[in-house]
Amino acid sequence: MMQAMASGIMSPDFSVLPGLLYATALTLAFAFAGVSLGALIGLFLAPFYRLAIIRALCVSLRAVHELFWALVLLNLTGLSPLTGVLSIGLPYAGIFAKVFAEYLEETDPSPIRALPQGLSPVTQLIWMRLPQCVPQIRSYLLYRLECGIRSSAVLGFIGLPTLGFQLESSFKQAHYDQAVVVLALFFALILPMRYWMRWRLVPLFWIASVVILAQITVPPMGGGAVWRFIHDIVPAPMRTDAQWSSWLSKIFIEQAAPGVWSTIIMSQVALAVATVFAALAFPMIVPRVAGRIGALLGHGVLVMIRSTPEYMLAFILLQWLGPSMLPAILALAVHNGAIVAHLLGRHAHDIRLRHDAPRGLTLWGWELMPRLAGNFWALCLYRWEIILRESAIMGMLGLGTLGFYIQKNVQELRLDRVVMLLIVSILLTWVVDTLSRGLRQKMRIGDGLKIEGGRGKR
Amino acid sequence: MRAPVTLRQTQLGWGDTHVLSNINLTISPGERIVFLGRSGAGKSTLLQSFIGCFTPNTISVVAQDHGLVGPLSAFHNTWMGQLDRHGTCHNLRVLLWPLRRERERAENYLNSVGLTGISKKKVQDLSGGQKQRVALARALMRGGDVVLADEPVSALDPSQGRNLLAALQTRFHTCILALHDVSQA
Repeated sequence: MMQAMASGIMSPDFSVLPGLLYATALTLAFAFAGVSLGALIGLFLAPFYRLAIIRALCVSLRAVHELFWALVLLNLTGLSPLTGVLSIGLPYAGIFAKVFAEYLEETDPSPIRALPQGLSPVTQLIWMRLPQCVPQIRSYLLYRLECGIRSSAVLGFIGLPTLGFQLESSFKQAHYDQAVVVLALFFALILPMRYWMRWRLVPLFWIASVVILAQITVPPMGGGAVWRFIHDIVPAPMRTDAQWSSWLSKIFIEQAAPGVWSTIIMSQVALAVATVFAALAFPMIVPRVAGRIGALLGHGVLVMIRSTPEYMLAFILLQWLGPSMLPAILALAVHNGAIVAHLLGRHAHDIRLRHDAPRGLTLWGWELMPRLAGNFWALCLYRWEIILRESAIMGMLGLGTLGFYIQKNVQELRLDRVVMLLIVSILLTWVVDTLSRGLRQKMRIGDGLKIEGGRGKR
Repeated sequence: MRAPVTLRQTQLGWGDTHVLSNINLTISPGERIVFLGRSGAGKSTLLQSFIGCFTPNTISVVAQDHGLVGPLSAFHNTWMGQLDRHGTCHNLRVLLWPLRRERERAENYLNSVGLTGISKKKVQDLSGGQKQRVALARALMRGGDVVLADEPVSALDPSQGRNLLAALQTRFHTCILALHDVSQA
């Protein structure tokens, strides 16, 4: 097996390239349409983010992973393009609303004070507050588009016609020489994104996306899908003569409990490994430690790792290492570790060192690590919640986390159980988020550390 | 502004710190008042306290920190003085699609403060003195009975400063200024 993979990697089969271009275009179109939809909804919700109901809506939108959204929406909109666009757009709307609301809050109030009161709130918003956040919004949109391309590719694993679908099917048929080409194409798309993504071309991209998505042939859904969906998410004991006790014990004792346990185990081990990986990897991109060429090399490796979605990475490692939690843990650890390392490396770049500061690993141990320790722990704690969400998803690869049970129930068309398990996963995310925020406050770290915005600026 | 405005036995400050106490001051329509003092003497605080005494749509304010929106153009920042005369839809339209005559109206005021040909430049790319003049152009465009200006010419050279102070006096019936230069006063 490993030999077959190695020989496939060594001799890529480029004859499949023309056939893959359509999947590439679709990957982009889903990402573009999804992110645009999310940004549009987010922009409209952001001014109202102070209202508890809007905040709750946004929290629940973004607590459900794109893949889970897609699994649920498949029952409603089938394999139509709408499923892909909404799966990206809905959770992203929740994220955008939060981030845009933060940007609006941080705007300089002096223009509003300099003009007399009585201007309508909408005028104040569009003339004074929004223009001030345009630069931040732009760079954040760029960052989110990159995430969107990753999400879009991963949606292929559950049947949407994007690059992930091609990757999965070439691996399943042991066409490793083709799988390599799919991966290469994905990197060719995402690595130079900042060069091909021009703001002036946005209208063109919009039109292209709509045209491409409209041409997808959709298998018929059958009538009454919406009504069936609403009927199916009502708990079974309320619409059939099933017993509440057996329904509850089936979901919460037989499925949620082991699922939550596995999710926690996986995410904790992954977080620990990610922390070690990040601490060791970030000096590799600091020229004073690794040398100029070493830093460039380190940068290249980290970019590759963090550009590959965790799920895709786990899928590939799983083919190689065989079914166990190890591939998923490794994938989560290196992907998230690479992101933390990249951000730390940037912070290290900003530190003004004295002329006679040491070099190499001495610098790392004596200057960089001690100074960046606060930021380091804060970043790792931020990733905790994300690692947990992704661990739940890993179940869809056949591992025992929450995603496994969610997917199983989707296949058995037991949507009422899916909804319950999704609520469990939202609660779990919420607990970890609260714990992480509490820890950060107790340790007094990460004040003024702008993860989302900062990442967007790159 | 028709009736005089009076502050009597007023304490001014931020939070618990008192900046000025026991102020008795009356301002009548048509008066030109200048507050002089070193920086930190409490001029801005005094000026701030007056802003609340007038009806919003009769005054113009030139704030010390200019209160401009950096990513918008000089035209937009000048036109901002007009926003409360129009509805929200109109304001949105001007933001995205200013008409030629609207541009020209604002440019007249920009010209009068000595800023010609920069109306399409973003304010964040202008120099400190140019920003201050945009803030003045906005106040001039806004007009009204009273102008409250906090160090409105601090970043300009003396002769330019004198001219612009004169322009403020012709445009506004009542002027309340905070300055630190006695000769300008």
